[in-house]
Amino acid sequence: MELTLFVIFGAVAVASAFMVIVSRNPVVSALFLILTFFCLAGLYVLLNAQFIAALQIIVYAGAIMVLFVFVVMLLRTGKEARRGYRLIFQKSIGIIFVVLFLLLLGSITLMVSVTGMRGPYTAEAVRHIGNTQAFASVLFTDYLYPFEIISVLLLAGIIGAVVLAKRKR
Amino acid sequence: MVPLSYYLLLSAVLFSIGAVGVLIRRNVLIMFMSIELMLNAVNLSFVAFSRFLDSLEGQVFVFLVMAVAAAEVAVGLAIIICIFRNKATVNVDEINLMKG
Amino acid sequence: MSPFWIDLIIMLIKVIVVMGALLGGVVVMVVVERRGAGFIQGRLGPNRVGPWGWLQPIADGIKLFLKEEFIPAQAYKPLYLAAPAFFMFIAFVTFAVIPFGDKVELFGRTIQLQIADVNIGILYIFAFASLGVYGIVIAGWSSNNKFSLMGGLRSAAQMISYEVALGLSIIGVLMVGQSLRLNDIIGMQTQYWSYLPRWNIFIQPLGFLIFLIAAIAEVNRIPFDLCEAEQELVVGYQVEYGSMKFAMYYLGEYTNLITFSALIVVLFFGGWHIPWIEGLNIHPLLLALLQVVAFVVKVFAFLWFFVWVRWTFPRFRYDQLMRFGWLVLLPLAIFNIFVTGVVMVLIP
Repeated sequence: MELTLFVIFGAVAVASAFMVIVSRNPVVSALFLILTFFCLAGLYVLLNAQFIAALQIIVYAGAIMVLFVFVVMLLRTGKEARRGYRLIFQKSIGIIFVVLFLLLLGSITLMVSVTGMRGPYTAEAVRHIGNTQAFASVLFTDYLYPFEIISVLLLAGIIGAVVLAKRKR
Repeated sequence: MVPLSYYLLLSAVLFSIGAVGVLIRRNVLIMFMSIELMLNAVNLSFVAFSRFLDSLEGQVFVFLVMAVAAAEVAVGLAIIICIFRNKATVNVDEINLMKG
Repeated sequence: MSPFWIDLIIMLIKVIVVMGALLGGVVVMVVVERRGAGFIQGRLGPNRVGPWGWLQPIADGIKLFLKEEFIPAQAYKPLYLAAPAFFMFIAFVTFAVIPFGDKVELFGRTIQLQIADVNIGILYIFAFASLGVYGIVIAGWSSNNKFSLMGGLRSAAQMISYEVALGLSIIGVLMVGQSLRLNDIIGMQTQYWSYLPRWNIFIQPLGFLIFLIAAIAEVNRIPFDLCEAEQELVVGYQVEYGSMKFAMYYLGEYTNLITFSALIVVLFFGGWHIPWIEGLNIHPLLLALLQVVAFVVKVFAFLWFFVWVRWTFPRFRYDQLMRFGWLVLLPLAIFNIFVTGVVMVLIP
């Protein structure tokens, strides 16, 4: 059951990620990217991370991608025109190196087994206290400072976006 | 239970697709989306590790990555709008001046 | 039969009943909206089909069903056709975690009157409600029509802005309730302060007000229906939609309205809780039935409130809408969280 779901979500995620980079139309790209994020949320549920799965949909699909779609529509760039020179050299080199990189990563992940130190939050324990509560207890104790700093980063992001997008008078 | 290596492999594949996207596409919006894809691929491996190591640190990292991604998208799209206003293009090959 | 099959059948029955109730609610709302508009504007409204016009929605449905299926030549066809279906699908799926009654003991089994008891129920609703905007934005873009595109763009900006206030306004409720599960939030509200039921409306009046306003914006109704705006955008993103595709938007919009009314009731008005009924010795089954009825009555009270608001207020201007969302609602929501936190620290 779990493997079936994994295969379905994984296959759809990879296929739609592929469509993101080959589609000529940015709106279609954005929609396929949303589908990818949705599949990733499904995988997070399989991995017992329900809170992160909900965040994935709320933050990525519900906010970030709406912003993307908004900007794509606002700019109305239309379809990308086929261009005269097509950077064949750069593209082929890029694809070769990415394939090599993928082979490297793939061989590492298949050969090596996980050896890290195990934490206290087994699936049973998390089910007992609840995923959200367990997550919050880690976030607001050990990672309180990163959490506070991230809020400063978000504030900087807001100010940056407002300053950049504002029309100069 | 699905082994950890499957999740890592899926994450690697998604990351590579994102990397290819950044390299072969010239539309700055789609390049930006590819970067988001790469971030998400990394998130998947974080969550997978957090599950298989019985620890929630990985999920906390994903949370922080999401916050960074949100800020990054807000600023990045603002920059793209600025560029489009000046040059009326989203093709990175035509955005080749340091000023103007 | 094995327990698995019984559970499956119970689940199917619940899904069918809820779907039927939602569709029935939409049908009732069509009449209430049109007759209510007539009542508020001092005219009769549709009163010819059936007794007091109650068969009007059926006539409307038949009319829409028989209209010509029309697809604009320059539309981006796959997305143009998918958008209304997606919008309606999301609207129905969102309702799945709303509890419409307490647990019932029936034939020795405990049945939860709710389709899915998710431990992150609130987040589930927000996740799906935030996806609904794609049905509108994609419709606006794929119709290849200037008015549609304007409507879609307005809707995208409006949804992002008001979702922030909507999300922050319930943080106070979550702080008091200490849970993201909707059943736990209702459970908190079934207690009493001496005689007053402990509904969240008494603890979080400001949060309720912000939530109510942001909810009207989220379901795109007057005074926040800038993405439709008949007078300026000739109904915006729906311009190119006719026949059943239009009917899907209609259904989706009213379903969203029902979902948000139900959410308001669950979060702030005790859900299915009837105050002061615990003392009376009522048969548990009858009590469960009464609670479902109480829930429906509360939801309809808010549905009527939405109709009342729609036909009473004029529309905002777009810059006013944005200013109001970011400069009034958002700071108020943050202030509400701050005050709630201070009070919770001072009064343990």
